[in-house]
Amino acid sequence: MFIKDYIKDVYGAVKSLLTGMRMTGYYFTHHKEIITEQYPDNRATLHLAERFRGEVVMSHDENNEHACTGCSACEIACPNGTIKIINKFDITPEGKKKKAIDTFVYHLELCTMCNLCVQACPTDAIKMAQNFEHSVYDRSKLTKKLNKDGSKLREGIE
Amino acid sequence: MVEEIGTNTEGDLIINVGPQHPATHGVLHLVLTLSGETIKKVEPHLGYIHRSIEKMCESLSYRQFIYVTSRMDYLSSHINNHACALTVEKAMQIEVPQRAQYIRVIMDELTRIASHELWWGAMAMDLGAFTPFFHAFRERETITDIMEKTCGARLTMNYMVPGGVMVDLHPDFQKDVKSFIQLYKSKFEEYNELVTGNIIFQNRMKGIGILSKEDAISYGCSGPVARASGVHCDIRKLYPYEIYSQLEFDEILDTAGDSFARYMVRLKEMQQSIRIVEQLIDNIPEGEFQAKTKAVLKLPKGEFYQRVETARGELGVYIVSEGGTTPYRIKFRSPGFSNLSALEHMVKGLKIGDLVAAMGTLDLVIPDIDR
Repeated sequence: MFIKDYIKDVYGAVKSLLTGMRMTGYYFTHHKEIITEQYPDNRATLHLAERFRGEVVMSHDENNEHACTGCSACEIACPNGTIKIINKFDITPEGKKKKAIDTFVYHLELCTMCNLCVQACPTDAIKMAQNFEHSVYDRSKLTKKLNKDGSKLREGIE
Repeated sequence: MVEEIGTNTEGDLIINVGPQHPATHGVLHLVLTLSGETIKKVEPHLGYIHRSIEKMCESLSYRQFIYVTSRMDYLSSHINNHACALTVEKAMQIEVPQRAQYIRVIMDELTRIASHELWWGAMAMDLGAFTPFFHAFRERETITDIMEKTCGARLTMNYMVPGGVMVDLHPDFQKDVKSFIQLYKSKFEEYNELVTGNIIFQNRMKGIGILSKEDAISYGCSGPVARASGVHCDIRKLYPYEIYSQLEFDEILDTAGDSFARYMVRLKEMQQSIRIVEQLIDNIPEGEFQAKTKAVLKLPKGEFYQRVETARGELGVYIVSEGGTTPYRIKFRSPGFSNLSALEHMVKGLKIGDLVAAMGTLDLVIPDIDR
């Protein structure tokens, strides 16, 4: 009886293995069903979803104008202290003082891409970009200034 | 403090499994006391990935604290976020629009499938079968792509906000989910063929790590671990939240309580999740995806508790509010911690090779245990 059971066990095990190997063989001969992406070789054709959250950027138009009024709503909404807005006061032609952003500091190294700042922005000045390759050799390069040099507030945004 | 390695006074061997052992899914540290190859004692050591999430939440507002909970049980991050959003809504008595409720439930169930897929692959890999991992990740990848399109992230979504969901569904969402369901149904047979029906696999799983119904209750187990022992504990059935009370699905119960029962419960649960998604995907109502809420949320003074069913079991969120904009105290009741506590009882007297077979079916996510 013992030998009979033993042979039965071995037979069952070999049969199970062959069942599994049949599938291996199927995928070995059906190359079209392989879905592996050859990153980073496929960088040129890599398609990311438009909503993918890679980093925060400030959108500028062709006149180098942005929509950030410096209201600090994003700074308050951020859970990690990723955003720091430094404001300045411009003198308008009429001689009045007008608040504008001097530097929009963004600490990429602290950011968790939670999207709360973009949701909080009343003028849609900041948005999420799809860039996800953030590695640098020096940590200080991760602290970014989002507003471009010489940019100013777009007309008509309060 | 336990000795790093060596023998104790009775001549038993003490060895460490982890904290970076390939079979422990992260930084779980198990100190085993062995007599020959027989396990006499298992002592889990925690704290390697403690980030004090509960304390962090005390300094964050009710909108901000949700994103941190994605980092607890990262495989069911949607469901964690959901639990927090539900607690805030319960306290503030915010009515969530129908559309948001549908979206939330679909996302929860997709997350559950993705989580069980990953568990299935990792579980088979623990037992030495390498290929199933790739088969599981192929289907899971489709779900993460769906999540990426709508939520913007693949793992830590932060999609649920108090009052609804953050953004509306992507226009392709319904089409993608339907094609996923089809793909899943066509590939599900492969799972049984590759792993479930395998005699070697069954021999390693059956009768291993038996947890009786009484023990499952006394250890506070929940989720598939408890249901495999016959405990009726599905929060979606017992205390329905959102629209679960209107849905048709079965609570999967098994009575064997061994590793194979836990395995089968999870496999069948995936199919139930598919069933729920199929019921909802064509009937998502039009309308608002988010209720109108104030910019600054303030909870009334009091204590609030809400529980949900994550992929691993019962997650409870307990908020004590003093009436301000930040919580006074937050406590999370995570399923992994209680399930891990039953491990010693399950594997006592077994051989060391069976430890992995029993532990794999607990589906431990260490950041969920440590927080």
